[in-house]
Amino acid sequence: MRLSLFLLIFISGYCIGQTAVTDASGREIRPPAKVERVYAAGPPASLLVFAIAPEKLTGWTRAMRPNEAEFFPERYANLPELGRLTGRGNTANVEVVLNAKTDLIVDVGSTGPTLASLASQVQEQTRIPYALFDGRIESTPATLRALGRLMGNEREAERLAAWYESELTQLGQRIAKVTVHPLVYYGRSASGLQTGGKGSINVEALEVLGARNAAAEARPGLVTVSFEQVLLWNPEVILTTDPNFWSSVWADPRWRAVRAVEQKRVYLSPHLPFGWFDFPPGANRLLGLWWAGKLLYPQAFDVDLRAKVSEFHRLFYRREPTAAQLDALLGEPGVLPK
Amino acid sequence: MRNERTLNTRALTYFLAAGALLALTALAFAVGRYPVSIGEIVSLMASKVTGSATTLPPNVETVVMQVRGPRVLAALVVGAALAAAGTAYQGMFRNPLVSPDILGVSTGAALGAVLAIFFSQGILVIQAFAFAGGLAAVGLVYWIGSRLRGHDPLLALVLTGVVIGTLLGSVIALLKYLADPYNQLPAITYWLLGSLAAIAPRDLGAAAPLALAGLAPMLLLRWRMNLLALPDDEARALGVDTRKLRTLVVAAATLMTAAAVAVSGIIGWVGLLIPHAARLLVGPDFGRLLPLAMLLGAAFLLGVDTLCRTIATIEVPPGVLTALIGTPFFLWLFALARRSW
Repeated sequence: MRLSLFLLIFISGYCIGQTAVTDASGREIRPPAKVERVYAAGPPASLLVFAIAPEKLTGWTRAMRPNEAEFFPERYANLPELGRLTGRGNTANVEVVLNAKTDLIVDVGSTGPTLASLASQVQEQTRIPYALFDGRIESTPATLRALGRLMGNEREAERLAAWYESELTQLGQRIAKVTVHPLVYYGRSASGLQTGGKGSINVEALEVLGARNAAAEARPGLVTVSFEQVLLWNPEVILTTDPNFWSSVWADPRWRAVRAVEQKRVYLSPHLPFGWFDFPPGANRLLGLWWAGKLLYPQAFDVDLRAKVSEFHRLFYRREPTAAQLDALLGEPGVLPK
Repeated sequence: MRNERTLNTRALTYFLAAGALLALTALAFAVGRYPVSIGEIVSLMASKVTGSATTLPPNVETVVMQVRGPRVLAALVVGAALAAAGTAYQGMFRNPLVSPDILGVSTGAALGAVLAIFFSQGILVIQAFAFAGGLAAVGLVYWIGSRLRGHDPLLALVLTGVVIGTLLGSVIALLKYLADPYNQLPAITYWLLGSLAAIAPRDLGAAAPLALAGLAPMLLLRWRMNLLALPDDEARALGVDTRKLRTLVVAAATLMTAAAVAVSGIIGWVGLLIPHAARLLVGPDFGRLLPLAMLLGAAFLLGVDTLCRTIATIEVPPGVLTALIGTPFFLWLFALARRSW
């Protein structure tokens, strides 16, 4: 009796003593004493929670397809599909989140008022703390550390954050040496005419790389441009995430008039298990930075991409890719210059 | 005397419409994001006609022959096709508020395109799916509608069209919901907004013959088309099998619309507004109405698309502009029109 009373006081004291963390939307999040199960509201959040403590992730927002699952340890690849919780496009049911015995909900990405109010509302409904963090590449180390504090995994998070920071520093040192910045156009969709303007999350990797975005004058966000406009920009390099666009560009007389196509500098970003360059807009884009850095600034980026991929996979996906997987990732037509 | 004057006014109307279209086409060739001077266009055309070599920069030829030219022509074809299909449907359904997608052709095409995007296909497959989807949707509507006996056949057709359209719309909504939100969802949204930005010469080569194939029966049967506006028994008394004729008109209008939508995505208002405007100018006789509606439709969409590709660095979706221009214009026309349908 006395013991249980003691425990009760001890535990409640521990709970009150638990430090609150201010999330990126300015809301104060007070996690439970012991966070065992975390629901990640979108892919960028899933990735970070998984990297910090895979056993705490309750599920993926979308069930993994076999070609994605093979990059993860089997027991985690087969976690249930719970849907995403992002404003009006929810595919997750709040009851499902509750049923997954969630201690903490986290989302990584935009931290604007829409998502902040959604987070507050869900938190009120479910009594589960709901934290929002910034998903920008440069905020990743800070986001990792904050997540680690909330989840009670400071050590693991710190290790990843420090590594990520050192990668960004190394990238920055190489980028600082670059003197020639080619004009880059990022072409999305099957037609290649969707692109991202200055400040758009879709071309964040280009901005981190200090590259000149051909579409910088367009408004931030995803936009459609006319082919004449692309020709007018006449980019020296084209990066794409769409294999259909990449393969159609070579035979199309319109695209052949563009410098990048003429000089065979159109490259296709790998997309497994998470995209490298654009989406999902999470920590996964670190690989896109090394990849695009190598393509844009070959002299300054004399790096072993295979080693970079292996290391990132080992730390964040918790499985070192096999030689065959690396060959498939980097050997896909268009990923690297012939 | 009076007849002669109306004849003259009518001739003038055609003449003005054709003149405006030609002037607009010339203007559309001359403007764009990529600067090409009129002199360069003229000398390029001259060299194409005479077959002599030019000293023009190669990009000028690419812009004019591969990018801007096909896009201008596509705007003409799509605009004319949507207006022609709308004219045929408004006559057939005896209702000025009918547009070419009343029987679900646009929704069917949209579902086809969305499916292809959902399965990460290239442009050719997306277009083929859109075209096939448009035909299949109308085929289904027509098949069901003509089996609903005991109703006015036109009413049965329209209601089936609305119901099937709604069903297909919810399948599209489901696919949007399931699509990858970072990649496929924007692609789907942009397709549904409609655009001529991605037009390549081969799109024109595919869409123009199909649209012409749809136009031919309408032109050949232009006299009989008027009888479709009559009640079935009256038309039959005049020796016209309205059922057969209706099938043919639906097939022709669907072919034209599906060909247009497959390359442009959904562009609203043209097929609703233009036949209406043309009818106010030359009256309801189909033979007179069709050519004018096509001229106006071509000019309208060309004008809109020229704005879409020139006013900003980024493209403006034409459906937005057609609605912005179309809504007040339509209301104005409506207020202006004293004579009844």
